[in-house]
Amino acid sequence: MKILVCMKQVPQKDAPLKLNESGAWIREDVSYEVNEPDAYALEEALRQKEKHGGEVVVITAGPARALQVLREALAKGADRAIHLEDAAFVTFDAANIARAFAAAIKEEKFDLIFTGLQSDDFGFAQTGVILAELLGWPHATIIMQIEKAEGGIKVKRELEAGYFQHVDMPLPAVLTIQSGINKLRYATLIGIKQAKNKPLRKVALAEVQPSLAANQLNIERLYVPQKTKKTEMIEGPPADVARKLAEKLKNEVRVL
Amino acid sequence: MKILVIVEQREGKLNRVSFETLTGAQAIARETGWALEAAVVGSGVGEIAREVAGKKVAKVYDIESPQLAAYTPDAFVAALKPFLAEKKPTLVLMPHTYQVRDFAPKLATALGRALVSDCTGYKKKGDKLLFVRQMFQGKFAADVAFDSEPPYFATFQTGAFRGDQVEAGASPAAIETVQADIPASALRNKPGEVFKEAKQAVDLTQAQIIVAVGRGIKEEKNLALARQLAEALGGEIAASRPICDAGWLPMDRQIGSSGQTVAPKLYVALGISGAIQHIVGMKGSRTIVAVNKDSEAPIFEVADIGIVGNLFEVIPPLVEEIKKAKG
Ligand SMILES: Cc1cc2nc3c(=O)[nH]c(=O)nc-3n(C[C@H](O)[C@H](O)[C@H](O)COP(=O)(O)OP(=O)(O)OC[C@H]3O[C@@H](n4cnc5c(N)ncnc54)[C@H](O)[C@@H]3O)c2cc1C
Ligand SMILES: Nc1ncnc2c1ncn2[C@@H]1O[C@H](COP(=O)(O)O)[C@@H](O)[C@H]1O
Repeated sequence: MKILVCMKQVPQKDAPLKLNESGAWIREDVSYEVNEPDAYALEEALRQKEKHGGEVVVITAGPARALQVLREALAKGADRAIHLEDAAFVTFDAANIARAFAAAIKEEKFDLIFTGLQSDDFGFAQTGVILAELLGWPHATIIMQIEKAEGGIKVKRELEAGYFQHVDMPLPAVLTIQSGINKLRYATLIGIKQAKNKPLRKVALAEVQPSLAANQLNIERLYVPQKTKKTEMIEGPPADVARKLAEKLKNEVRVL
Repeated sequence: MKILVIVEQREGKLNRVSFETLTGAQAIARETGWALEAAVVGSGVGEIAREVAGKKVAKVYDIESPQLAAYTPDAFVAALKPFLAEKKPTLVLMPHTYQVRDFAPKLATALGRALVSDCTGYKKKGDKLLFVRQMFQGKFAADVAFDSEPPYFATFQTGAFRGDQVEAGASPAAIETVQADIPASALRNKPGEVFKEAKQAVDLTQAQIIVAVGRGIKEEKNLALARQLAEALGGEIAASRPICDAGWLPMDRQIGSSGQTVAPKLYVALGISGAIQHIVGMKGSRTIVAVNKDSEAPIFEVADIGIVGNLFEVIPPLVEEIKKAKG
């Protein structure tokens, strides 16, 4: 199976985020990491390849810094990488990212494309589904298991509140992967060494530009959400905080 | 100008979260003066159409086809694309459920339009409608505007509006049945039955006190600290999704949209950031205590009592104080 994995670089979970001067985006001088479900998507692709053979290709759209997620993926075992490199990709809506991916892979023949089920920064939960529609492929979302089956694959979709559903579908297809579908591996030292010699294709914005359209969604303003609930903050050194909280739990919350 | 709400039915049952979207849509209709209509998509779902027709809407479409009996994205888009192309609503609203996430981006794309997903509200600025949505896992909110021709597609997050505040109509709205023409060949996915994994070992919905840990606990062995607190309080231990994904606690102790929904007397969140998918599972708790080292963590938006601090420094003395207080 030939599998493409879309991997996005997003601000690290713990990174303190600040607004930039435009007020419509964050300051970019923070630390980054791979979008969590995308890491699971890569792991799943590697496992499928180990079972059935084939190739794992990783793709990202982002500035130079985004190369890091491709390097990590190659070190974990991906065979090659595609980097759509331009700072402008950060401002693209999901449809344009999907258009750019579709254009960048039009010479390739994948059996499966994996994306994460949503990004930690935008959280659109759309890129994979849109990509499937642009390619004319079937898709399934929030996937927790993938098996080869007669004439295609059988996947397990997660539904709300602990429910699941199996779906049989033909290939090629797009799947959006949920965190927790498998256990992540670490890159080995050998893997990190080998990664340096693996093929990396750079794609400039100009190459995919003809396939893009204007963003239909515009972020006018980004801001810290207004608090609606009154939270009583307990402050002080840990020992004092502990004493005050225990008092409250006893006298106000009445659970002690 | 017209708003269309697509209510959600699964296996012939109306998903109540649809009423939240209807409440939001009624508010937008009031402010804009636009007409409000609703649609249900399925096979033999007339009963749902009648229930929705009891709300304050101008009309309800019952879009029917045997191919819609089981949900598939192909059939839903095959039914809705020509329908929307003909009816030309200005705004199409849906609840942000797993089912909608599965087909709505495809539907919008098929019509050459964009979808603003997972909104928590809207704003009217002049004659422009802005949709408010969370970004960066709830650390920021964004006002998003459409820069295209209608129809505009938007989905609302669970809890964005009060479903119990949906206005009833003075008299039942007219129902129009629409037969969707969907060739069997259009359906590529073959869905199986909806099922639940082997039965749950613990029922956290009955727990009076829950101590929940998140990724701030850092390592599996540190769970012992949370266990001590749970024990001192006489409560159950639970977790956010990443902890269960890592296998540190079983899935049936996961709180949130894909786990359990709980409403204990006391919910203590240790090192949990407060992503919406976690919040929906615990916001009904009577008292929420949050310990987080980040003063801007979204969990503090739902917490009654907040402690900004390192949980590894706060928990040990707290366990001692609780033991003392209990005598
Ligand atoms: C479709 C879907 C379904 C989902 N379902 C669920 C679900 O059912 N339940 C669920 O929980 N999530 C669910 N998620 C995941 C959710 O979006 C979040 O990723 C998850 O809840 C984050 O978990 P967390 O808060 O433990 O981790 P993080 O977001 O990483 O937060 C860790 C927190 O710990 C704090 N911290 C770190 N160190 C310390 C310390 N020493 N002391 C105090 N605080 C510290 C940090 O400041 C941070 O706020 C779902 C996601 C999707 C897309
Ligand atoms: N710029 C990008 N580079 C690589 N993958 C992306 C990018 N944007 C989105 N994706 C993929 O699409 C998924 C869903 O993103 P979103 O639609 O933004 O929630 C992510 O988990 C990634 O797999």
